[in-house]
Amino acid sequence: MHAPQSVKEQNMNGHDFILCGTRCTALPTGALYLPDHGALCVSDLHLGKSDRIARRSGVMLPPYEVQVTLEKLQTDIDRIDPQTLICLGDSFDDLDAADSLQEDMRLLLTGLQAGRKWIWIEGNHDPGPVDLGGTHLAQIKIGTLTLRHIATPEKAEISGHYHPKHRVTGRSRPAFVYDQDRLIMPAYGAYTGGLASHSPALRSLLGPKPIAVLTGKRAIAVPLTETPPQAHPRGMFY
Amino acid sequence: MRMTALPPQFKNWFAQRGWAIHPHQQAMLDQSDAPALMLIAPTGGGKTLAGFLPSLIELSEGAHDGLHTLYVSPLKALAADIKRNLRTPVDEMGLPIRIEDRTGDTSYTQKRRQRADPPHILLTTPESLALLTSYEDAPRIFKGLERIIVDEIHALSESKRGDQLMLALSRIQNLAPNLRRVGLSATVEDPEAIANELARHPDPCAIINADPGPDPDIAMLLTKEKPPWAGGGAKYAIPAVLDEVKKHKTTLIFHNTRAQAEIFFHNLWLANTDDLPIGIHHGSLAREQRERVEAAMVAGDLRAIVCTGSLDLGIDWGDVDLVIQVGAPKNVKRLVQRIGRANHHYNAPSKALLVPANRFEVVECVAALEAVKAHDLDGDPKGPGPRDVLCQHILITACAGPFDADQLYAEVTTVGSYRTLDRAAFDDCLDFCATGGYALRAYDKWKRLLQNADGTWQLRDPRAAQRIRMNIGTIQDTDTLKVRMKGNFKPLGEVEEAFAATLTPGDTFLIGGQVVRYEALKEMTVEVTRRGDKTPKIATFMGTKFANSTQLSQRILRMFRQEDWPNLPAHTAEWLALQRHVSKLPEADRILVETFPHEGRHHICAYGFAGRNAMQTLGMLLTQRMEELDLDPLGFVANDYATLVWGLVPVNDPAPLFTASHLRADFETWLSGNAVMKKTFRGAATIAGLIERNLPQSRKTGRQATFSSDILYDTLIKYDPDHLMLQITREEAMRGLVDFGRIEEMLTRTAGKIDHLQLDRVTPLSLPMFLEQGRIAVAGAAQDRMLEEAAERLIAQVGVE
Repeated sequence: MHAPQSVKEQNMNGHDFILCGTRCTALPTGALYLPDHGALCVSDLHLGKSDRIARRSGVMLPPYEVQVTLEKLQTDIDRIDPQTLICLGDSFDDLDAADSLQEDMRLLLTGLQAGRKWIWIEGNHDPGPVDLGGTHLAQIKIGTLTLRHIATPEKAEISGHYHPKHRVTGRSRPAFVYDQDRLIMPAYGAYTGGLASHSPALRSLLGPKPIAVLTGKRAIAVPLTETPPQAHPRGMFY
Repeated sequence: MRMTALPPQFKNWFAQRGWAIHPHQQAMLDQSDAPALMLIAPTGGGKTLAGFLPSLIELSEGAHDGLHTLYVSPLKALAADIKRNLRTPVDEMGLPIRIEDRTGDTSYTQKRRQRADPPHILLTTPESLALLTSYEDAPRIFKGLERIIVDEIHALSESKRGDQLMLALSRIQNLAPNLRRVGLSATVEDPEAIANELARHPDPCAIINADPGPDPDIAMLLTKEKPPWAGGGAKYAIPAVLDEVKKHKTTLIFHNTRAQAEIFFHNLWLANTDDLPIGIHHGSLAREQRERVEAAMVAGDLRAIVCTGSLDLGIDWGDVDLVIQVGAPKNVKRLVQRIGRANHHYNAPSKALLVPANRFEVVECVAALEAVKAHDLDGDPKGPGPRDVLCQHILITACAGPFDADQLYAEVTTVGSYRTLDRAAFDDCLDFCATGGYALRAYDKWKRLLQNADGTWQLRDPRAAQRIRMNIGTIQDTDTLKVRMKGNFKPLGEVEEAFAATLTPGDTFLIGGQVVRYEALKEMTVEVTRRGDKTPKIATFMGTKFANSTQLSQRILRMFRQEDWPNLPAHTAEWLALQRHVSKLPEADRILVETFPHEGRHHICAYGFAGRNAMQTLGMLLTQRMEELDLDPLGFVANDYATLVWGLVPVNDPAPLFTASHLRADFETWLSGNAVMKKTFRGAATIAGLIERNLPQSRKTGRQATFSSDILYDTLIKYDPDHLMLQITREEAMRGLVDFGRIEEMLTRTAGKIDHLQLDRVTPLSLPMFLEQGRIAVAGAAQDRMLEEAAERLIAQVGVE
């Protein structure tokens, strides 16, 4: 078994908790670390989103989101050096995007994969296998937990897909949400955005007293309150 | 010059009404063949008729087929108003002229019909006109167009809407070679500049000045009570204002911000023991409510209206015989235009009173009065045509069909504000529209525009035209939320999102003159209930605050040089004399910096006189630098003339803080993380078509995950710092809310000369700063710290671990 070092000891500003008997650390970047299994999990990278938006609408966003996302992942991997990396679905905005990944980005990804097990869980955006190394699976069981893209009524589950965001004060941020039985991951991709934490689609999945863990400089855990959070000041001085 | 006689039909009509043609109306008629013509006339001078008369005459014979005259105004309401007003002469003379309006409110079927069969005279707005030029059949629609009349051109010229309009005109001019341009303007400081924007470059543009009428009768309202040291409420003047309202038929009471208008109205109402009919009108109120007040005003049912600039344009003011400006006018031109609208009787002077809200505004009001007397209007010269608007124009052009880049460039440089645009800058914009213009990573497969074999450009996917059309316009969203009574669908008005964020259930505030209780935020709507309270708990909501104009600031600084101040009320003159005695008065060519302790904190007060926005930016920059120098700043506050910073460490030598090179370098650093810059970026990127405001079949709720435009800004700063959108953002930071241009002006003016005075206590001139609202706390990691504290509170409340 991998050296069970908690991320807190590494000073990564993470939030440690136990989900159905498995130790978890929600990292401020939006990645989830399972220290007892040496596994790092990220969800909804949506690589190639700018390309797909350009194709479909003509709007050409800064085409750097693959780079931003992979460089962020590089930093997490460098710090934690996980044995296993799990991409929890919607890793690519669609299968075309996976195929048309530019050469330098493909190389960057290969570098990240070197020396570790790499699992692509399939998502609704990327249902088929990709030609990029790693293992392609519908879901995977790690310890007591099942990891899949879209949440099911099954207990002891980690999923992505809804990628929540939550607001306490200031701007809303991508957030993990969890209760006793399940964890829903925030989006890790730079241009992915998220679903407001109070939306019914998300709330109906959660039991009583859920917790949100906000990403940012530090992972900050707060109880998910019933009322929708308030709007926020946009700038510092008005 | 040849004198054009009125046709008999028109002569009779004038005679029947007992009218004689005004000299400026005759002049417009005489020069109706000029390629460009601008009329400067006060309200009530028959300005609109002067603009339309040549077209009515040309159309009276019934020989013209299709569109003859386009009328463009900044307001939809104005287009509808003019349509009604034009009907009178057309119907009474029985002229065979079809007049229609076309705005965002016009129905889809009506719009389609107008394209197939355009009326003779079409009344529209810049945005609707731009949309019209985006259709494939634009050449057919505009083919026979003879004249375009741009109303309130001075107002359009102040924003990007004017630039968009002039770009559209350059397009239309190519489709309608006979097109002549007419601009109608209020009094402005630099008519030539606006005339040059109107005319096709390098065509000349004649300027016709109507008789401006007698000088306004304008004075400061004298009250028994002294104005307070700070604040904008002018509550002290309520009894005096009410007395004036009683003495006049209809009084307009202008305020600089909506918040101040609300508070003043509330206080006025509490003091209105005679139950005079008084209304309130400002831009945040629901349209129905505004229209009700406007109708009552036109009908003469109101004795007074408390209002903001939203009442400035277009609406027929009826019989207003007094204008009261509460708060210093900040800008002389706006004041003069405002006053000029009162009193419809052409040859009687308009009457106006200024009410300073605080002691310093007394000085400002006196300076403004002197400027009005000297006909010294203010205004900052406009920069070159904005490139985000040009990007949108290129996309609009592409919607209409393939275009030739050389020809489009030639066309764009006929627009006054784009006449100096070089080809490289144009090509950058074209490249942005075609490929996104990214330095490191190109869109190869999915460009927005493709170049055809013959060199022309067109949309890769013609379906993209719909999305581009849906996003036409340069008016920025103002982050507001609708307010409505619980259980009632009709909105009361709007509040700024930032204000809504400060509310917790149970808080009471003012809107539309009534006190309401905040209940909840539901789907981006603020739900409230009615309250009988006399005083709202939350005194204010934010609103745009104008910065004092450069000219007015200069005038104030000149006033400070006087030996004594017989032109000021005694309380204010004594205050200035005391400042001179214990410290000194600021001078135009140097920055006065006072340092003094107060309540255990070290204070530094810098008098830069660069206007509120720039002084605020200066506060940001100063505190940023002080933090680097371990001077531990805690917070700052700024107003139009000074910035006050407080901290834990005394500043013994402030001069290095004001070094131009430091300030400029700090500015660059500050920009990259600044919320205002991100907002500016959002605006430019939306106009240029990088961010879409409106999406086809946009779903209001649901799964469609959107992400913040801030990430685009951060990404560009990191990977593509010279990208066109960032260039535009930096350019805009020189003006507007950041207003670094005025910091530059201050640095040039003072050339490094700092007068530092170390004092042992608060000085008279800095005193108002201590009472000023909007103090800003400095905290390097403020956001996270606040967040953690809030999280702890939440955790404590809920009782989880």
